[in-house]
Amino acid sequence: MTQKVKVAITVNGTLYEREVEPRLLLSDFIRHDLGLKGTHVGCEHGLCGACTVLIDGHSARSCTLFAVMVDGSDIKTVESLGTIEKMHPLQEAFQDKHALQCGFCTPGFLMTAVEYLEGNPNPTAEEAREAIDGNFCRCTGYENIVEAVQLAAKKMAAH
Amino acid sequence: MKPAPFDYYAPTSIEEALDKLSELGYSGKVLAGGQSLIPAMNFRMARPTALVDLNKVKELSYIKPTADGGLAIGTMTRDSVVEMDRLVNERYPILVKTIKHIAHRQIRNRGTFGGAIAHADPAAQLPAAALLLDANLKILSKAGERWVKATDFFIGPFMTVLEPEELLAEVVLPPMAARTGTSYQQVSRQKGAYAQAAVISLVTLDDSDRVKEARVALFSVAETAFLAKKPNEVLAGQVATPEAIEEVAAYIAKNECDPGTDIHGTEEYRRNLVHVLVRRSLTEAVQQAKK
Amino acid sequence: MTESTISKSFKRNEDPRLLTGNGNYIDDIDFPGMLHVAIKRSDYAHARINKIDTTEAKKLPGVVAVYTAEDLGDYWKPGPLQVPPPTAIKGSIFHARPLECIAKHKIRFSGEPVAVVVAESRYIAEDALDYITLDLDPLEYIGDLEKTLEPGAPLIHEDLESNLSADVVQEVGSWESAVAEADIVVKKRIVTNHVAGAALENRGFVAQWDDNFKILNVWATTQGPIPMRNSIARYLGLMENQIRLMNPDIGGGFGPKIMSSQIDDVIIPWIAIKLKKPIKWVEDRRENFLGTTSERDQVHYAEIALKKDGTILGVKDEFYHNTGAYNPYGMTVPLNTQTHVVSIYKVPNYYTRIKMVFTNQMVVTPVRGAGRSHGIFVMERLLDAAAKELSIDPVELRRKNILPPEYLPFRTGVIGQDFVENILDSGNYPLALEKTVEAIEYEKFKKEIQPKLRAEGKHKGIGVIMFTEGTAVGPYEGAKVMVGVTGKVNIVCAYSNQGQGHYTTFAQIAANQLGVDIKDVSVVIGDTGQWQWGVGAFASRGITLVGTAIHQASVKVREKALSLASKLLNTPQEELELSAGVVRVADLPEKFISLGELAMRANPTRGTVEEGMEPGLEAASYYGPPHGATGYGCLGLILDVDPETAKVKIERLVIADDCGTNINPMIVDGQIHGGLQMGIGEAFYENLVYDDYGQLVTASFMDYLFPQATDMPDKFEIKHIVTPSPLNPLGMKGIGEAGAICVPACYMQALEDAFEDQDLDIKDSFMSPSKLYHYVQKAKSA
Repeated sequence: MTQKVKVAITVNGTLYEREVEPRLLLSDFIRHDLGLKGTHVGCEHGLCGACTVLIDGHSARSCTLFAVMVDGSDIKTVESLGTIEKMHPLQEAFQDKHALQCGFCTPGFLMTAVEYLEGNPNPTAEEAREAIDGNFCRCTGYENIVEAVQLAAKKMAAH
Repeated sequence: MKPAPFDYYAPTSIEEALDKLSELGYSGKVLAGGQSLIPAMNFRMARPTALVDLNKVKELSYIKPTADGGLAIGTMTRDSVVEMDRLVNERYPILVKTIKHIAHRQIRNRGTFGGAIAHADPAAQLPAAALLLDANLKILSKAGERWVKATDFFIGPFMTVLEPEELLAEVVLPPMAARTGTSYQQVSRQKGAYAQAAVISLVTLDDSDRVKEARVALFSVAETAFLAKKPNEVLAGQVATPEAIEEVAAYIAKNECDPGTDIHGTEEYRRNLVHVLVRRSLTEAVQQAKK
Repeated sequence: MTESTISKSFKRNEDPRLLTGNGNYIDDIDFPGMLHVAIKRSDYAHARINKIDTTEAKKLPGVVAVYTAEDLGDYWKPGPLQVPPPTAIKGSIFHARPLECIAKHKIRFSGEPVAVVVAESRYIAEDALDYITLDLDPLEYIGDLEKTLEPGAPLIHEDLESNLSADVVQEVGSWESAVAEADIVVKKRIVTNHVAGAALENRGFVAQWDDNFKILNVWATTQGPIPMRNSIARYLGLMENQIRLMNPDIGGGFGPKIMSSQIDDVIIPWIAIKLKKPIKWVEDRRENFLGTTSERDQVHYAEIALKKDGTILGVKDEFYHNTGAYNPYGMTVPLNTQTHVVSIYKVPNYYTRIKMVFTNQMVVTPVRGAGRSHGIFVMERLLDAAAKELSIDPVELRRKNILPPEYLPFRTGVIGQDFVENILDSGNYPLALEKTVEAIEYEKFKKEIQPKLRAEGKHKGIGVIMFTEGTAVGPYEGAKVMVGVTGKVNIVCAYSNQGQGHYTTFAQIAANQLGVDIKDVSVVIGDTGQWQWGVGAFASRGITLVGTAIHQASVKVREKALSLASKLLNTPQEELELSAGVVRVADLPEKFISLGELAMRANPTRGTVEEGMEPGLEAASYYGPPHGATGYGCLGLILDVDPETAKVKIERLVIADDCGTNINPMIVDGQIHGGLQMGIGEAFYENLVYDDYGQLVTASFMDYLFPQATDMPDKFEIKHIVTPSPLNPLGMKGIGEAGAICVPACYMQALEDAFEDQDLDIKDSFMSPSKLYHYVQKAKSA
C-alpha cells in the first residue's frame, strides 16, 4: 500500500487539507493537486528558479521540497499578486520594461522580487541584479528584469 | 525527474526523532533542508528507503549566546536565519560572509546550518567554516549525548563520524579572540555555484603584530574540507610578511590539497587558484587583524 | 489621418496573462483520466539491441502499457527528413539517415529512446523504467569529428561505407589564384563548441483521440505546427483536418523545438488512439540535455590569403560538421556557416567544403544562430590572425575590406539553407563599424587607456567584430485577417510563438491598416484547426514573412472596408479614412460607419451578391521572399581579466545593429538582449561534454553552466541603424539570432588583446578561466 500522509497547507489564503504521497514534490502539489498552474517547473534540481514560491514569506524552490515538508505552512504563489484586470505594481513594472518574453521564468522572478523588495525597498541596479541572480532567464538577457525591479520599487514606494 | 518512493516519518520532538532513527538504523536517513538531498533524489541518484523529516522538531532551531561569549546554533536553524542574526553578525562576520556564498537566497531559506555540516559535501562552505571557527558538535542518540570537535568530525567525501541512529543537534562556536582578522576567498564559475577553489582564513595577532595563530580552511580542493597545517608552522610567533605568506600559499597549493581535473578546470589551474587564494586570504586576514 | 502603429514600442498584449499565472503551457494541460509517459533511454552510446524485456515493468501497479519498437510493428519507420538534401548544390553528396523515433535494432547515442512507459502518473512511469532490462552488445563509441572518418572507425550506419553523412563543396572564383597572388597566407585550425538550446521550458506533447468523431486533438511545443500536423497525418493515415494541433504558450524555443518525427509526434498519438485515453509526455531537464537536439560542433581548417596592405584575396575553409547519429535536418546548419564566412567583406575567391559526419551523439539541429556564428567566428579569427601578422590594427583591416553600401545588393555566389544564392539585400556595413568603434571609444582605449593599464599590470582588452544574420528565408508563410462583428480584429496564422512578441507586433501591423487599437487585435498562432498553411519559426523569419502576409491581408481588408463603406456612406473612397474602429469621412467625422457594422453588412444573409464577391471583412494572403534578408551589425567588447585567476568580466558591450524596420523597437531590443545572453553563454559558460564512452557529462544545470544575471555586463549598449529591406513592403528583417551570432568572435579577439604581449592565438569558440590560464601559460613558455 502506498503511504499517504495528511497535510494542511495554506496557499494564497486558502487552507487545503489533503492526503498525499510523501514523495510528491511541492511543485507538483501546487500545480496538479491544487490546479495553480502559474508556478512553473524548469529543472527539478533547484537551480533555475522557475518554481520559486514564498513559504511563510520566504522565497524557496518548490521543486526541491516535498509537500509533506511544508505541512502547516503558508504559501504564496504568483496567483496571489494580482489579476489580469488589476496587476500588482511589480507585474505592471515587468510589462512596462518588457521584462518577460516567453513568460515561463517570470512567476519565479516575481516571487523572488516580492520577497526582496519587502526588505530592500530602494535597490541600486547592482543590488537588484544580485537579488535576481538565482533565477534563470533564457529570453531577456536580464537587463529589463533588473530595470523592472527598480521601477517596481519606485511604484511601490509611491503607494 | 521524480524521486523513488520512500517511507516517511515526521517526528515532532527530538526524543521521537531519536527513537525513529534508532529503529530504522541503516535504512533511515535524516531529512533537514532537503536542498542537497532532494535534487539527488529527483535524479534518482539517492534512493533512501526511509526519511525522518526533522522540519517539525522545533527544539532544534535556535541561536543562543554561550557563557563564554560564543554561540550555540541548533542544527535545524535555516542558513538564512543564521545569516541575518544580529549576534552572528556581531560575533562571527566571517560566518555571515561564508553563508552568503551558499547558492542563492532561496536555497538558504530552506537549507539548514547543521544539515550542511552533517552532509559533509567536500565542496560545501559550512564544514570549512566549522573547522575554521573550531566548532564543537553535539551529537545525540537514544544512548545519550557526545561531543566531537569539527576537526574530528569529517572523515571523507559525504562521510562523518555520525552513526545511522545519531543526530547532529547543536554546533557550538567558541568566541573569537581579540585582534583576529578573517577573509573569505573563492573562485567559482558563477556566483552561487560550487567553488573551483575556496579558502577561509583566520589570523590572530599579538600586540606586536606577531601571529599567535593562523588558521586556513580550504574546501572544494580535497576529499573533505580541511585545515592546512603549514600556516602555523611558518607563521606562528612571526610577523606575517608577504614572503612568509607566499611560502605558505605555495606549499599548500603544492602539497596539502588534492583538487582533481573536472569539466570546469584542470588540476593545475585549481592548484594555481589555491596558491593565489591562500595568499590573498592570509594577506586580507592579517590586515583586518591589525585594525 | 491615423497615427502609424509601426516602429512604436507598444506594451505587449500577451503580458497581463503571462504575468498573472494565466499562461497555458504544455504541462498545464490536464484531462480527467489522462495517462503519463516516461521514456526508457539507453545509457550506452553505441550498441546492438538483442532484447528489451518489459515484462516486469508492465506488472507494476499503475502501469498501463509499455511499448518498444517491436510493439509498434509496421508503424515503426525512420524519418522522414525534415529538411531536403542540398541537391541545388552541384556535386553534393548526402546520405539521408533520418531520425529513428525509438531504437529498434541499434542504439546510436546515449539517451536514445528504447521503450515507452504509460502509467497513471509520471512518478509511477519513472518507477517502471527501472524494471525494463536491456540485453545489448556494446559497440565502440565514436565522438571525435575527425577520427570518425578514419578507416577502422566503428560504423554508425552499417549500410554506409563510412561515417560520412554529406560532402558539399562550394566555390567562388579560384582559391589557387588567390594564393598565387598573395603576400601572406594565414592558416588556422578552429574548433567551435557544442551547446544546448536550454529553453526554460522542456518539450512536451499531449494527444487526445475522440473515437466518436475520429478527431485527434494535439497540443505540442513545436515551432512548426503545420509540418508536424502533416507528419502525424501521414503516419496515422488521417486527413489533415482530422488532426487539430495547437501550440499552447511555449516557454522558449531557440531552435530545438522545431524537430519532429521524434517520440512526441510519432508515438504519443499512436498510444492515444490505441488506449483511447488522453496521453501526456513532458520532458524533464535531464532528458532535455540527453534527448533534445543541440548544435555548434565543428572543426575548421581555414585559410586566408591577403596582400601585405591587408586586401583580402581569398578564403579557404574545409570543415567537419557534427550531425550526431542521424541527419534529419539536412545541411541547414553547415550551409549557414558557409554563407556567413563571406557575408561582410570583399572576398573575391572562396573555396568551402563541408564534411558532415556521423557521431554517437544526439542529433544536431539549429540552435539560435544555427551555424551562422561559426561562419562569423572563422572569418573574424582569420582576420585577427592576419592583422597580427601584417601588423595592421584589427579594426583598420576590417575597414579596408568591408563591403561598402553601394555594393549592395551583393551576390555572394554561395548557396544557403534556402537553396538559393545568398544575396546581401541592403545595409550600410561601414556605418555599423564606425558606430561601434565610436561608441566604445576604440581609439582612446587603444592609445591612452590601455597603455596606462598595462603599466599597472592590468589586463583589459578590446574587441570589435562585424557580423551578419541571414534571416527571413522562404519558402512562405500566410495569414488571415478578419474584422469581427464586434469591430475587433482577429489574425490567424500557423506560425509559432515562443515569446517573440508576435501577439503584439502582428497586431501592430494589422492595426496600422485598419485604424484600430492594437489591444483590439487578437492573434491566433499555431492552431492548425484555424489555419491550414505555414512552415514554422526558424531563421528569424516570423515578423518578416508572417508580418508581410498580415500586412498584405490587412491592405485587402482595408480596401474591402473602404469599398463597402463608400457605397453605404455614399462618399468616394478617397475621402474616407479608417480610424478608432470606424470608417469615416475625413472632414465630417460625424459621418461614419463602424467596422463591426461593416463586417455585418459584408456577410449578407439574404438577397443576391455581385459576381466575384467574397464575404466578410476578411482576407488571406501568403508571402514568400525571393531570398532571405540579411541583418548585420558590429559588436564591441571590453573585457577585464584577472591575470592570477583568469576570471573575466565584461566591462562594456556595445552593439550596432540593423534589422530593417523595427515594428516594435522595445521588442527588437529584447531580442538583441536575449541573443547576447546566449552568445555570452556560448563564449564563456556553455559547453556540452561527452566523455570517452559517449556519456553526456553535462546533463543538468549543475554541470551545464547557464548564464545568470551577474554574468552579463551592466548594460547592453545598443546603437540602432535602420535600412529598410527592399524585399518586402514594410522593409523588415529578422533579429532573433544576432546577439547569439556575434559574441564568441569578439570575446576571443578581446582576450587576445588583453594579453597582447603573449600571442594567445585562440582557436576555440569556447573559453573558460581554466582554458584561458592554460593559453597564457602556453604562450608564456613559447
